[in-house]
Amino acid sequence: MTLANQFSPLHELRNKAPVFLTALFSMTLFASVCNLWVPEDSAFHVSTYTITLLGKYLCYALLALSVDVVWGYCGILSLGHGAFFALGGYTMGMYLMRQVGDRGVYGNPLLPDFMVFLNWQDLPWFWQGFDQFWFAFFATLLVPGLLAFVFGWLAFRSRVAGVYLSIMTQALTYALMLAFFRNEMGFGGNNGLTDFKDILGFNLQSDRVRVALFLCSALMLAAAYCASVLIMSSRYGRVIMGIRDAEARVRFIGFKTETYKVSLFVYSAVLAAIAGALYVPQVGIINPGEFSPLNSIEVVVWVAVGGRGTLYGGIVGAILVNYAKTRFTAIFPDQWLFVLGALFVFVTVFLPQGLVGVFKDQKHWLFRRKSVEDVGE
Amino acid sequence: MNRLQAVRQRLRRGPAPPLGAGSDQEMVDISHQVLLYVEGLSVSFDGFKALNELNLYINDGELRCLIGANGAGKTTLMDVITGKTRPDSGQVYFGQTIDLLGKTEAQIAQLGVGRKFQKPTVFEQQTVFANLELAMRVEKNILATLVARLSSENLDSISEVLDIIGLKSQHDALAGALSHGQKQWLEIGMLLIADPRLMLVDEPVAGMTAQETERTAELLTSLAGKRTVVVVEHDMEFVRSIAKTVTVLHQGSVLAEGSMSDIQSDPAVIEVYLGEDP
Repeated sequence: MTLANQFSPLHELRNKAPVFLTALFSMTLFASVCNLWVPEDSAFHVSTYTITLLGKYLCYALLALSVDVVWGYCGILSLGHGAFFALGGYTMGMYLMRQVGDRGVYGNPLLPDFMVFLNWQDLPWFWQGFDQFWFAFFATLLVPGLLAFVFGWLAFRSRVAGVYLSIMTQALTYALMLAFFRNEMGFGGNNGLTDFKDILGFNLQSDRVRVALFLCSALMLAAAYCASVLIMSSRYGRVIMGIRDAEARVRFIGFKTETYKVSLFVYSAVLAAIAGALYVPQVGIINPGEFSPLNSIEVVVWVAVGGRGTLYGGIVGAILVNYAKTRFTAIFPDQWLFVLGALFVFVTVFLPQGLVGVFKDQKHWLFRRKSVEDVGE
Repeated sequence: MNRLQAVRQRLRRGPAPPLGAGSDQEMVDISHQVLLYVEGLSVSFDGFKALNELNLYINDGELRCLIGANGAGKTTLMDVITGKTRPDSGQVYFGQTIDLLGKTEAQIAQLGVGRKFQKPTVFEQQTVFANLELAMRVEKNILATLVARLSSENLDSISEVLDIIGLKSQHDALAGALSHGQKQWLEIGMLLIADPRLMLVDEPVAGMTAQETERTAELLTSLAGKRTVVVVEHDMEFVRSIAKTVTVLHQGSVLAEGSMSDIQSDPAVIEVYLGEDP
């Protein structure tokens, strides 16, 4: 690899993206085709339940990617990324609620059911505009992005770092959870938003819409992965990694590290919000439980298990751990948290680079052996 | 080396360096030949006076050595000049007009004040080449770094600095894999490539072999004139080999200033510093 290539983001993308994109799209296309066009009695038929489950994993993978971007590359351990995910989910949920129209239990053409139930007469101001998809789309990007900007600006400007920052992010998501539990907030209280009917006029329950949402999740994950590869292999990315390893040095070179950290935090929050917005139509519900600190900590475990600072590591971790979760909670529902905790301890102690790190070592080992054999010949 | 040249050939048509790079430095007004004014500077940490009414004037192009026992305030002084620590009182001016107090570390660095830390601080997870690339004197805002590409001028200056610091054959190695002395050199290289007006160098030869120390001395003396260099060092032999003017700090203020021989014969200095550490 020549120096010019080493410092060219496009070259890095050409290097890294094909394997990832091939794996991702071959899986998603295969599953989609097997769902839509393979008859149900065939052994190759993929059920719509599985499609939705896979779509959910892809949303989690995007969330893991967003955490890896800040944690793996910049050393900002956010224990509150679930907040951005849930906010993205709520903006999408609000749109889906407005789409219900007069088909709700109470048949009110304007007000969602829970508002009628609470005897509200008018739509609150912050629900205005959410009947338009484009409005909800921009709100999905703007609301979490703005929160991340304000939070990041205050925290990074005051040079809060390390474990203190982690605790603050945790407090942020906890505070939001408590707030969203309140009925007066106007987001459905502890029931959250559910009973969605359509998205963009298409029935959410139909197989085709399920598959379309699944493919959208895959596309967004692919786009976010490629964007992150480009960003992290630019000079900007090297500044970010410099901040992780020696922030003072970066400052004395003349970079405003606060600006860099805030911008990266906002980028990451927007990725998490997109993941949340894709998640909600697929699982059909968003409630304040998504803000639970435990959820955010789980994301960090996925990234740690997969291997941080690699982009694809977090994605692999999210999919594997969630697959294990689906399996385990079906067999031993009560033991899952112990398994998750044990997994985290095991990975931290024995695989500091995560599963991806093991694979990398294996590859080195293979290559080394091969070269020794070559010498032997 | 051939690879570097080949790449440079390939990038001949690369974009020109951003306009305005270097314009900050030209604004420094040194009409009185003094580059750095430090006047009446006091800093205290929890009642401990790290700096006490300190006055220091550094001429443009000078090579100045700061010596003093542990706790004399040398590193605190550098912290104040580079914007890391806010003083309780006093003034720090860069040239005639630029007030350094109240500026951030990044702003001060962009004005052309470079700093090497006591403990070598490089980006250990990145290559030697990438370390130098980040330290280059280029646009430092987010948008510029997102789209930045290496120009042939950039490659030239990196390769020039790699020659100076003797790390050309290791340009592709991770900085974390370098020896302690090599990390010190890399950090000095990161200062050089930023082309600063004023270099603050904290203990450059700590952990270096005698040979490396000698090369460092040569390098620093060769820089004087073109740049202003302030060196903090404990190694008296090293200070003797490079210094024209030495400033002795003691308990946060200047105890003596002059040539090395003047300093060595100064009874106050002998008492508080040289006496303890012959």
